[in-house]
Amino acid sequence: MFDLDPSVIVRAMPALWNGLKFTLLLTFVAMSVGIVAGTLLAIMRLSHNRVMRGFALGYVTVMRSIPLVLVIFWFYFLMPLLLQMAFGTERPVQIGPVVTAFVTFCMFEAAYYSEIIRGGIQSISGGQKQAAAALGLRPTQSMIYVILPQALRRMAPLLLTQTIILFQDTSLVYVLSIADFTGAASKFAQRDGRLVELYLFVALVYLVICYLLSSLSKRLKTNVGKTA
Amino acid sequence: MDYNWNWSVFWESAPGESSSYLHWLINGTSWTLATTVVAFVLAFLIGGLVGTLRTTTLRPVVWLCNLYTEVFRNIPLLVQMFICFFVLPELVPVSVGDYLKQDLPYPSFFSAVVALTLFTSAKLSELFKAGIESVAVGQRGAALALGLRPTQMYLQVLLPQAIRVVFPPLTSEALNTLKNSSVALTIGLMELTAQARNISEYSFNTFEAFTAATVIYVVISLLVTFVMGHIERSLTIRGATR
Repeated sequence: MFDLDPSVIVRAMPALWNGLKFTLLLTFVAMSVGIVAGTLLAIMRLSHNRVMRGFALGYVTVMRSIPLVLVIFWFYFLMPLLLQMAFGTERPVQIGPVVTAFVTFCMFEAAYYSEIIRGGIQSISGGQKQAAAALGLRPTQSMIYVILPQALRRMAPLLLTQTIILFQDTSLVYVLSIADFTGAASKFAQRDGRLVELYLFVALVYLVICYLLSSLSKRLKTNVGKTA
Repeated sequence: MDYNWNWSVFWESAPGESSSYLHWLINGTSWTLATTVVAFVLAFLIGGLVGTLRTTTLRPVVWLCNLYTEVFRNIPLLVQMFICFFVLPELVPVSVGDYLKQDLPYPSFFSAVVALTLFTSAKLSELFKAGIESVAVGQRGAALALGLRPTQMYLQVLLPQAIRVVFPPLTSEALNTLKNSSVALTIGLMELTAQARNISEYSFNTFEAFTAATVIYVVISLLVTFVMGHIERSLTIRGATR
């Protein structure tokens, strides 16, 4: 049997803490941008303009049908070339793995959030829209002041669940060799040859955080059920 | 943009091998399919069982099954793969560990299947639990009143209805399993995404390689959707109110 050496965790703590901070920052940014962009995508998806509807449908479908790892590779490869085209520079613009990770996660999560938000918007009864129109609100106003606040509130538990998935998925920045929480543990583990302690510790931390968040999501669900 | 387009790259022979890059893609697709199918079938059985047990009245069993679900659902798949691949062989008795490390053929495939099965089965257990609970109201009492034993009640009344309720989300979990199988590249399984990256690194035709992988994933997704849709229709009972 293997004898565990907990002091490894203590020594790794500063690196792990920095990694966790990166993971949390990435999760927070991707969630914020993802929900805003996802809302826009959902509105485009439901609009009467065929071009906008087609674009949103295509974007969401493609993003949702390929694995996140492949999406990360795509962006890591494509973004320098796209920036080169946009700014007309001589060489591809090198942006590095960290920026790639932020952009990828924001754009990837937007597709997933948009499906949840679209469901939310569609679940708000048509009477609300008509009532808003009868009060003299323009379609934009009725969307911003009447439909979206209700839709987002109703979808809050699902948005939180998606955020938990996002939080777990950020560990995949490992493929870009970024020192996020998992990446930092992995680097330390391989340097000191203590894979067992570090990976078990990482699993435990993820388990605790995700368990607490999912309990919160369940409570939200019952609360939303009560008010609706 | 000065990029050397070369769509015929897949017919060129790969360096150091007599086969072409196309073979790499086919190889990768096979590993992806194998991992996905084995893991999903196992996860369906385990998740179905665990999810069902969670709706019973056996308190300790319910508690254990809840624990199982929470543990494997709340740890990222990547970390579970690392644990199956790096940590597990160290924690089991030495002889078993040595077998896992040295003699087991395709170690990364087995680790990937185990981790993906555990992760997916936890999600499916949630799904089955919710499905059974959605039909259990009334049906459970009716079945017991008719004198069915608990096993009969589950097999003949609750599960046949629940499986029909959970079918659409089951399809999307199957697609998730397909996508999640790509995480296995981190423990060295040469599945589709890994092969696409490999081709791009050897040939520098990144765009072509990734496009091929993307198209293959989309085609498999469509196939899965088609097959699951077929099964779903064959399960539909005409005239059923649900």
